[in-house]
Formats: sequence, C-alpha cells, structure tokens
Amino acid sequence: MKSSRRKFLKLAAVSALGLGAGRIGFLGDAPAGAMDIPTAADYNAPMEAKHWGMAIDTTRFNQELVDVCATACHTEHNVPTIPGKKGVKWFFGGNFEETFPTEHGHYLAEDVEHRVYPLLCNQCEEPMCVRVCPTQATFKRADGIVMMDFHRCIGCRYCMAGCPFGARSFNFQDPRPFIKNFNPLFPTRTRGVVEKCNFCSELLAMGKMPACVEASGGALIFGDLDDPESDIRKVLRERFALRRKPDAGTGPSVYYLM
Amino acid sequence: MIEKALRGSPRYWGLIIGLLCVIGLGAGFWMFQLTKGLVVTDLSRDVSWGFYIAQLTYFVGVAASAVMLVLPYYFHHFKDFSKMIILGEFLAISSVLMCMLFVVVDLGQPQRMLNIIFHPTPNSVLFWDMIVLNGYLFLNAIIGWTSLQAYRNNMAPPAWVKPLVYLSVIWAFSIHTVTAFLYAGLPGRHYWLTAIMAARFLASAFCSGPAILLLLTLLVKRLTGFDPGKKAINTLATIITYAMCVNVFFFLLELFTAFYSNMPGHMAPIVYLFKGFDGDTTLVPFMWTAAALAIISLAMLIPYKIRQQGPALVTALILLVIASWIDKGMGLIVAGFAPNPFEKVTAYLPTVPELIVSSMVFAIGALVLTVLWKVALSVRKEVEGGNISMVAPKSE
Repeated sequence: MKSSRRKFLKLAAVSALGLGAGRIGFLGDAPAGAMDIPTAADYNAPMEAKHWGMAIDTTRFNQELVDVCATACHTEHNVPTIPGKKGVKWFFGGNFEETFPTEHGHYLAEDVEHRVYPLLCNQCEEPMCVRVCPTQATFKRADGIVMMDFHRCIGCRYCMAGCPFGARSFNFQDPRPFIKNFNPLFPTRTRGVVEKCNFCSELLAMGKMPACVEASGGALIFGDLDDPESDIRKVLRERFALRRKPDAGTGPSVYYLM
Repeated sequence: MIEKALRGSPRYWGLIIGLLCVIGLGAGFWMFQLTKGLVVTDLSRDVSWGFYIAQLTYFVGVAASAVMLVLPYYFHHFKDFSKMIILGEFLAISSVLMCMLFVVVDLGQPQRMLNIIFHPTPNSVLFWDMIVLNGYLFLNAIIGWTSLQAYRNNMAPPAWVKPLVYLSVIWAFSIHTVTAFLYAGLPGRHYWLTAIMAARFLASAFCSGPAILLLLTLLVKRLTGFDPGKKAINTLATIITYAMCVNVFFFLLELFTAFYSNMPGHMAPIVYLFKGFDGDTTLVPFMWTAAALAIISLAMLIPYKIRQQGPALVTALILLVIASWIDKGMGLIVAGFAPNPFEKVTAYLPTVPELIVSSMVFAIGALVLTVLWKVALSVRKEVEGGNISMVAPKSE
C-alpha cells in the first residue's frame, strides 16, 4: 500500500508538472493569500533519509530557546494555544526530572539541573502508538517518521495511553479559534482527533529542514541516523547522549546531547 | 415472545418510562458533548481516559460473570441454576451493550467508528475487543432467546445450541482477558503493566458480576415472587465469596511485588491511590473506603451461617459491589495515568455532563435488562400456569 501511495504521489507530481499547472489553486483562497503558494517545482528535491533522527544539544537550551522553537513549530502546524490541562503541544520544554524521570537523578550537576529540555515526539523505531491504533490512523513511514491521518482518527485516544512520553495531544474542542497565526499551507484539525509532531514531513518533502531545527540556530541537529557520515551521526560519535526511557523499548530517534 | 414485554403492571410501565426519561436527558447531554467536544469532561492531556472507559471495564466483568452460572450448569450438570441461567445470560446482553455504548460516548469522532471495521488492525487490542464484545453479545442473545423459546414450547433446546454454549464459556473468559490486554501491554503505564491484570480482572468480575445478578434476582423475587431456589442462591453466594477472596489475594500480590522490590515505577500508582502523589489525594478517601468495604463484605460472606441469612447476604453483596466498583470503575483507569510520563499527577474527577451521559448508558442497559427479564419471567409464568415460584403443582 505504501509503495502504491508513493507511486501515486509521484505520478500526481509528474502530471502536475506536465500540465504546467503548478499552482495549487484552492490554497489561493486562504485568508493569508499574500503567502507564496508552493508550486510542483518546490517538491522536486525532497529531503530523503533511511531513518530520520534528531540530536538535541541540551547545553544550549533554556526556556527562551525552547519558546522560539515551539513558536516556530506551532506556527508552521497551526497548533492551537489552549491554556490548562487540555492543551495541544507538539514542541515544549521540561526540567531534567520531567524529561528523564526514570533516571531519578539526585545531586545533579548544577547546569544539568537548570537546563530546559525540549520535549517532542520521539519518532520511535518501535512506536507503541502505531501498535495500538485500531484504524492505522497513526502509521510509520519507511523513513522512520511516525505520522497521523487526521481524517481517519476516531479519537479513541488509545495512542495517548500507549505513548510513554506524553507526546500526544487530543483536540478536546474545536482548535481553530485558538490558532494565533494561521498558516494556510498546513491543515488545521477538527475537534475529537489526536495530533503530534510529524518531524515536519511537509517541509522535508520540499527539501527544507524542520521548523524547530531552523529556529534553533544549530542547537538541534537533524539528519539520517542510518548514514554514518551524516551530521547527526558525527555529533553522536563525539558526545555523550541520552534517550528518554530506553526501558520502554520503543527506541526513540531523538537523542539528548548532555 | 417479545409481546410479553408489552403487557405489564403500572409499576413495570412506570419503570420503563422513568428509564426513558433518564435516557432522554442523557441523550441531550450527549448531543452537548458531540457539539462541544470532550471538553465537557474532566479528561485531559495526561488523564486521557476516565469514567467512560472505567465503566466499560467494570461492565465487561459483569457480562463475563454469566459464565459462573453457565459453567456449573452445563459442565457440571448443576441443575439448581436452571431457573437463574436465563437471567444471567440476559444480564450479560445488557452489560455488553453498555460496554459498547461506553466506548462510543468516549470517542472523539464517533461518526467515524466504523473505521475499526474498514481498516481492520490485528495488532491493536481495541480491534480484538470490538470482536469479542460483539461476539459475546450475539452468543448470549442467540443462546438465551433460543433456550427460552424451547422452554416455552416445552421442548429441549435444539442440539446446535450446545456447541454455542461451550463456545460462550470460553468466550466469556476471552472478553475480560482481551479487555485486560487493552491496558496490560502498555510500557509506560506501571499500574497496568502486570501479568496478573487479566487474572485480577476475571477474579473481580466473578465476584462483582454474580453479586449484581444475585442482588437483582433477590429484588425481582421480592417484587414478583419469582423464586430462584434456596440452593441456587446459596451456591452463587459461595461462588461470590471464593471469587472475592481470590480478588483480594491477587491485589495483595500486586502490593508485595511493588513494595518488596521497592521499584519506584511500580510503587508510584499504588502510593497515589492510597496516600496521594505529587500533592494529589483525590482518590485516597475512595480507595480506603473500598478497602474497608471489601474486608467487611468478606467478614460477612466467609462465615457460612451469616451469608445464609437474607439481610446479611444482601448487605454484604452491596458492600462488595461498591468496593469492587471503586477499585475498577474509579481507581484502575486513573491510576494508570498517575503519575504521567513526566512524573507529575494531573487530577481527574468526572464532570456533571460526564455523569449524566453515563447515566444514559446505565439507563439503556437497565431498560434492555428490564424488558428481557420481563419476557423471561412472563414466559416462566405462562409455562408454569401462573405459578411463578416454580413449586411443582400438586398432582391429582
């Protein structure tokens, strides 16, 4: 099914090119019409990898930088800003204990204790959310990205119970009134479905880096974990890194450089 | 036979109308929830399942408990259950129905629920739960209705019912095992991640389910004069007592593993339930109440002489049902989410809309049960020539 979908997309892209009708017309009606509408040519050179991963240089993170990355992510993906315990979060921050609760750290080095650690979906190698989803609305792509089909999700929230990292959010209400800066290039969600970080698959398809990586000023290193020559593998060779809750057995693709 | 449900006393119709009113009110609140979203509940990012899913879990147990009558009757030829068995099967039907409705009201997008069938996913336990619950509903409906019809016509049930009965015994164990697997396979939820979860579920089901059945039967006995027989009552009370002992024993096993091993992840949810964690003590009074009621009910049930007395038995059963309901219908689900993945606790208590929507589901279950039991008891009355107590009429 996956390969046929890919074939279809390729075919669609080629036919769009062939027709010379590169403009995606219906997007032109969106309110923020001043934005550049992507053309089929923008998808000619997508970023590709066997296993996308991220390394987080935690030494460089404080609340300010977490906020910068979170804003970039939440603006790109139309993530609503809802205060309280029913909020939606794709990219957020936590202290050491919240990020690594199974470490039960005592007498932590002061700088380690006071850093703010970015939190996002770990894009696991063995994602529990994919295993428990009863409709395959959550699925894992060949390049390791764990994605969601917002239109297939029935809102049973089994994935939220399954995820050991609290990376998933549910739309308890219509999120649209809570979207601060509307981005017409990414779909908004409806109430009653789950959502989470998608490693900016929509930007990778256009050959661009994820929004948080761009905003981080080099503090987030993104690349192919299966390529020994990639930037992420180089930095992982050089520095000590932790993954969150390795005992949960899900194999996170997000590494924390300490 | 369904025409039997159309004729009844004013009291019967009063109950039906009362239940319909509750259903109507609850349906209104459900519409409210459908238009606003699950924001009307107290669920959150951290406690993403709550009262609805807890009731699903509890009533799967009640449904499975019919097997405590079916198994002795068919496998051990314990004929004293012959009059109660249909009541157990019909209770199972209404319970499974409630379970399925509790899943539906919990969904964020219920209009898409058939996606579970359009995109069948065998690696999801929820897919299997859908299959076993539906299967158990059909099995009990077919077996119960056919047996009752045969009884009405003064015939033995058709031969093809027997294999279905044997299947339903295994199926009853499967519905609660699969429901336990919904929780017991998740790596981040320590309270649920235990091999004994399915066994605990079955033990608590086999005490609380028959307890509810026996209480309802005793109520019907009082209202209509239907007498299930002293021996049936006493045997069921014995089964309940053993199952409750096993239930408490299994819980103590959990306590041993968690606290002797001293593993923080295993201890945290239990500490949360009985002492509070991260400053949240919402469930502490409930859990201690449950513990106390469980012990009192056992103290009244274990001595043979006490549990033989009607009022003492009824009291003990009510205490047992409350205790097991707090344990499974309140504590179990929330404690799975406490502490959350960030070692924090987010409080949860069901909201008024949540409780009213739930009462709609309870009322639908009660309505189905009332109608089915009315049919069963009317058929019995007809066959026995108005003698519902089933004491054999004097021969001429």
